[in-house]
Amino acid sequence: MKNFAQLIKALDGTNSTKQKVEALVSYFESEKNEHAKLWMVALFTGKKPPRFVSTTLLRIWCAEISEIPLWLFEETYHIIGDLAESIALMLPAHNRSSDVSLSDVIGQMQQLKSGSEDQKKQFVLHHWSTMSNDEIWILNKLITGGFRIGVSKNLIIQALASVKGWTNSQVAHTLTGNWNPNKTNWYDLFDQQNIKTDISKPYPFYLSYPISEENLSDINKEGWVAEWKWDGIRCQRIQRSQNVFIWSRGEELINDQFPELLNNASDIDSFVLDGEILVWSGGRPLGFQDLQKRLGKKNPGKKIQKDYPVIFMAYDILEYDGKDIRDTPFSQRRNVLESIFQNNIKDQNLLISETLFFENLEDLANHRQNAISINAEGLMLKSQKGIYHSGRKAGEMWKWKKQPFTIDAVMIYAQRGHGRRAGLFSDFTFALWNDQVLVPFAKAYSGLTDAEMNEITAWVRKNTIESFGPVSSVKPELVFELAFEDIMLSSRHKSGVAVRFPRISRWRKDKSSHDIDQLQTLKDMISSR
Amino acid sequence: MKSLIQFTDIGLYCPQANIYIDPWRPVKNALITHAHSDHARSGHQYYLSTKASIPILKYRLGSFINIQGLEYNEKTQINGVTISFHPAGHIIGSAQIRLEYKGEIWVVSGDYKLENDGISTPFEPVKCHSFVTESTFGLPAFKWKEQQVIFDEINQWWRTNQSKGVVSIIAAYSLGKAQRLLQNLDMSIGKVFAHGAIENTHEVLKKQGLSLHETLKVDNKKTNDFFAGSMVIAPPAAISSTWSKKFGTYEEAHVSGWMAVRGMKKRRNLDQGFVLSDHADWDGLNTAIRATGAENIYVTHGYTEIFAKWLREQGYNAHVVKTEFGDDLADINETP
Repeated sequence: MKNFAQLIKALDGTNSTKQKVEALVSYFESEKNEHAKLWMVALFTGKKPPRFVSTTLLRIWCAEISEIPLWLFEETYHIIGDLAESIALMLPAHNRSSDVSLSDVIGQMQQLKSGSEDQKKQFVLHHWSTMSNDEIWILNKLITGGFRIGVSKNLIIQALASVKGWTNSQVAHTLTGNWNPNKTNWYDLFDQQNIKTDISKPYPFYLSYPISEENLSDINKEGWVAEWKWDGIRCQRIQRSQNVFIWSRGEELINDQFPELLNNASDIDSFVLDGEILVWSGGRPLGFQDLQKRLGKKNPGKKIQKDYPVIFMAYDILEYDGKDIRDTPFSQRRNVLESIFQNNIKDQNLLISETLFFENLEDLANHRQNAISINAEGLMLKSQKGIYHSGRKAGEMWKWKKQPFTIDAVMIYAQRGHGRRAGLFSDFTFALWNDQVLVPFAKAYSGLTDAEMNEITAWVRKNTIESFGPVSSVKPELVFELAFEDIMLSSRHKSGVAVRFPRISRWRKDKSSHDIDQLQTLKDMISSR
Repeated sequence: MKSLIQFTDIGLYCPQANIYIDPWRPVKNALITHAHSDHARSGHQYYLSTKASIPILKYRLGSFINIQGLEYNEKTQINGVTISFHPAGHIIGSAQIRLEYKGEIWVVSGDYKLENDGISTPFEPVKCHSFVTESTFGLPAFKWKEQQVIFDEINQWWRTNQSKGVVSIIAAYSLGKAQRLLQNLDMSIGKVFAHGAIENTHEVLKKQGLSLHETLKVDNKKTNDFFAGSMVIAPPAAISSTWSKKFGTYEEAHVSGWMAVRGMKKRRNLDQGFVLSDHADWDGLNTAIRATGAENIYVTHGYTEIFAKWLREQGYNAHVVKTEFGDDLADINETP
């Protein structure tokens, strides 16, 4: 745990990417415990140790040892904004440090999953009383399962690539899929042969950035292809030796959620498609609201399958007949994709994403305008020459999202933030007028600068009407323009409408609550879309 | 019977002596606990403070102010009210103000800390019936380490930066934290520079007899090589500004109690944060309050509601008092 804690401290103590990678490299080179190293990679690439104890129990135990009432623990936690950190700060301070290894701690956690509450308490209290406060913070993070400390998967990949002398994309591929730190070792994980024999192994996803005005002017009909930006679940559909695997972008195997997509769709020995799962009816996708009925639903019944039928919309091919073709240009991959859909694929639930005809930017702009009519999010623009990169990369593939909806609304609740926003009010609830009454309709927490958030926090503290834990109701005075992607009727919301991805587009200091929009204006947007 | 101290919307007021304590609007007579700007404001017709606060008050508010001073523990009478100043340990010259009238004793503590910082006259508990306290760090999450531990960390950080030829810029409030920091730096490591605002404050303090380590003035004409590996003390506002660019390659750190919270540090995009405060921590506040023997506790700024509720559970008669003393929690600088 010491090495790991030192690594975390080094990563936490710098904002420089270079220094972070250096710290990671030095950890990989110096850590002798391979199992700990495997778990470290697992943690930083999104795998989690089992949750074996509720946070409620952690709170109670911490309050007990710190000799403070539970309400005081809760109040303090709301202000510090991070449970793991709050506990580490409130426990009695001492200067010890523990010799237990990261992998042993996780091993114990795995065993305790079926243990009694007493055994769990004993484990937690033992470590709380023997670890340094930094180590306690990390332990708590492991227990509560929220390990995010400003180190992206990409940095881990860079560091491992440098240690191994591999390319980033080779490492990224190695770390995909469902390898298990308990069931492999450092050597096997990086054994290229193993990567080939694991038939479920997905490729790293290629992600795009939004296009800027400047880059948009470079787009032309000769070198570029336009497609709809589908608004579904991004997935990789792998078919190898008649086995099908569907991986979500978060690299979860989601076969059991979509039995309709598991048919043996072709006699080609192996092919891997990149695409999107959509709820499809009458030749077009239904809205995201309908897709939500299928999200996270394992082994869906006949009725759900019938009411919300899904298809896989393919827009790229990464492997064909056992060969990794990610390094061939998009134009070639597209040819392969069209050819197999024409000749080999005989499954109605697999569709190919059409390319959109355009002569010039004006045509593209028109397509983008029409995206809403087909429930798409906008356009994807792909260079004919572009290879299939690993991770987010600019230059050869862009997204051009449709214009969001906007509306002016007034803030009525403010909630304290977590992590980087601890101590600030950063999550807000907004309302519109319904005649003389303010009706809340959206929560938003992104879109403000730090300076604006500081200013709003100071304002909230002076204009709070009532506080409920971390939430304060405030005088309805601050007006913001909210942007959102979509809007639909909803019986679950007090306002009768649900908006998708609401965020703050700007602070309207020039407006007061009398100038904001009516709820009806919002409802009218539904019919206009 | 009217209370010896009343809480008005322009400040804490003693009607019997017709005098305010740290008022935030201009008044006729003002007692000042210490020279930080949220407690010592301009525009009063008459000021009474500790003698040690006078030079810095005149420097900040103008040499023309009408001010008198008392030594710590020296008593004066105003219309039957006995008034005296007692060390608060917050900054140089900072005091708790004791008021006694017909056997009733109040202590208004301003800002305070219990640890002896080597610069400020150390905190002394004063017995009273009613105690007015801050609660800037009035949550059980705030527990300070001894200052020597923190200064060892700071000196080590400086050494490491120096070995890489990097300048160490540290943010410290010009009155209080800057002197505390300077006096505890290991001067054998290298050159120490101070921002003009801090240099000016040091001039004032040295004139009144305080001995401080020598600092060098930041000279704009010098090249990066001249600063390489040195330590620079600057007020928080100068951090991450164009001012720091003149030092070439540098790392920046804040020294503040808020640095105990990861999120507050991250938000500032700081390379380093050192947890050191001129305010009492959770244990310090509780110890100080217990030592007064007071039954009535008035909490003026900080986490007032939470701290007062806690005190009530401990059996005190505790109340929250709304003041305009610095309590913007979003602000990382402890005193404005």
